[in-house]
Amino acid sequence: MSVEARERRQPWILLSPALGAVTLLLLVPLAFIVVYSFWLRSAVGADTPGFHLDNWQRALTDPFFRYILLNTLKIAAITTVICALLGYPAAYFIARSRGNKLILLLLLMLPFWISYIIRTMSWINILGSSGALNTALMSVGVISEPIRMLYNEGTVILGLVHFLLPFMVLNIYVSLEGIDTNLEDAATSLGATRWQAFLQVTLPLSLPGLAAGGLLCFVLGAGTYITPLILGGPRDAMFANLVFEAIITQLNWPMGSALSLLLLMVLGVLVAIYNRYLGMSQLTKGLG
Amino acid sequence: MDNTKRYERLLERYRNGDLERRSFLGLLGAAGLAYGVQTPFARMARAQDVTQVRFDGWGGVVSEAFRRHAFDPYTAATGIDVVDGTFAGGDEYLAQVRSSREGEYNIAHLSGVFDYARYVNFGLDVELNTDNIPNMELVMDALTAAYRRITPDHLSAVPYNYGTTGLAYNRAHISDEEIREKGAAILIDPAHEGRIGGWSDWRTRMWYAALQTGQNPNDIEDMEAAWDAIRSHRDLALKYWGSGAELMSLLAEGEIHVTEGWSGRIAALQEQGYDIGYYDPPNGFGWQECLFVIKGSPVEACEELLNFMLAPETSIAVAEGQNYPPALDGTKVDLGEKIPTLPAYDPTGTLDALTFADPTYWNGNEAEWSETFARVQRGF
Repeated sequence: MSVEARERRQPWILLSPALGAVTLLLLVPLAFIVVYSFWLRSAVGADTPGFHLDNWQRALTDPFFRYILLNTLKIAAITTVICALLGYPAAYFIARSRGNKLILLLLLMLPFWISYIIRTMSWINILGSSGALNTALMSVGVISEPIRMLYNEGTVILGLVHFLLPFMVLNIYVSLEGIDTNLEDAATSLGATRWQAFLQVTLPLSLPGLAAGGLLCFVLGAGTYITPLILGGPRDAMFANLVFEAIITQLNWPMGSALSLLLLMVLGVLVAIYNRYLGMSQLTKGLG
Repeated sequence: MDNTKRYERLLERYRNGDLERRSFLGLLGAAGLAYGVQTPFARMARAQDVTQVRFDGWGGVVSEAFRRHAFDPYTAATGIDVVDGTFAGGDEYLAQVRSSREGEYNIAHLSGVFDYARYVNFGLDVELNTDNIPNMELVMDALTAAYRRITPDHLSAVPYNYGTTGLAYNRAHISDEEIREKGAAILIDPAHEGRIGGWSDWRTRMWYAALQTGQNPNDIEDMEAAWDAIRSHRDLALKYWGSGAELMSLLAEGEIHVTEGWSGRIAALQEQGYDIGYYDPPNGFGWQECLFVIKGSPVEACEELLNFMLAPETSIAVAEGQNYPPALDGTKVDLGEKIPTLPAYDPTGTLDALTFADPTYWNGNEAEWSETFARVQRGF
């Protein structure tokens, strides 16, 4: 074998374990889901194999699915904006702090050591009728009866922010860390105030990190189903809850497959747009 | 074949230069692959001699009682291990069974006669030889008859316990008189807006909607009225709960004042000292649970295990642990002191006082009602 041929083969040989894993664990199951989405659910018993567009037609034209999908995107967008507003100052503080960065980063990572479900459920003990907040307010006489704070869209967003904020902070932090602080000093030496230097130098340079954090928060938020299940009221549901119900409760795997692929495609389009304008490399930087 | 000697021969040839490094490693890899492929198949062949049976149930005190009174004695008597698994819900478990290899799951503690019918419809049933389960003689005929109506020529399960889904209420806010006066309609009473709960299960929602609209739950004629009742409940409810633990938490924390609830769970709350009342309204939702043997299981070994599980000492211990009466007929077996005090207990052994879901009727409507409920639940 020639040296050139060997060099051409080498990357593929090195990549083959990863490609094998991706094929077996991602592409093959995805192919099964695609095939399933064209099957039909029978009223009772096994599904009907074949190539039917009924599930897709319903998923794309039914106003119920459209409503839940739009509501899911709305909740994910609100969550992302709140994460950005809360996460930027925190990331800026960590990036510009001296000496204790490691401790601050460790504190940021601490929530990941506790199960996401436990973290979500902790809000019940904080916001519940006999939770910490109501008990405290009643004990100081601010209120005479517990305020109803749980089980609505607001608590769903709160739970999502709690879950996703560290992802946003980390991405912005990585971006801010890469900015030369001399640039801000140069701007101030040329007459800009600190605020102007931040707005016109630091903020634009950190936008890729903000966008990467935004994308992560949005995609993870739009795909969640645990948070609305635990903190939502009777009407509060996100698109992933419909997938869960179709597959687990209704045993309608074909419809559940079509719905999960629809969500995948919608989020895929968003990722593609992001990649077109900012590139995926920023995302991997934030994760790294 | 002696693999060590073959390895040594290959190594010697390689060291002598008779074998290329690439070929040597290739042959070693092939030997490893052959061993890896052979071993699982060899295990499958040996599986003809049953070494273990898998049981899946609801976990907690029930599992502990099964382990102590049935699984360990069974293993001591037969040498067959019982692998004890748990599941959070019947629907989720069925999804797992459907996507598993035949024989992976053996016995499941299933809820409701409609679950029995669903497993039969999916072709997941077996034919039990009840002669191998002598303790079946002690079980109430009324419970077995429900399964025989679905599979007249055979049984794939034995009845195990029963209970009701009645009204649970916080006595600090709702009196016994009020619950008896209003019955199921209390769940759509605006006076309790924001303090009402409900199980996020389409069957229970529809059953109670039938009661709220004065209809027979096993023959609902005015569907629109029933869906309207479900919508009213949704608008007044604070939360749909999804598990027994969540039900108990919502009631114990005072988040909700009234909901429908599982008799055993409410009895457990009462045992813990909470002032929670329980009331089965007329035509309240009765249900039974069974131990279902799944297709592909070692049937004889499972039959023997079922007999251990149905033994009075096991059944009574499990029943006392989970607060649901056992399937054993109280007129044939002394059930002790606690069981006759449990909610839903029927001393006559006929179960005439309870209303059970007609599996044909409910399973026939499952596809449509479960999907419609998913929409109604979200405001449609």
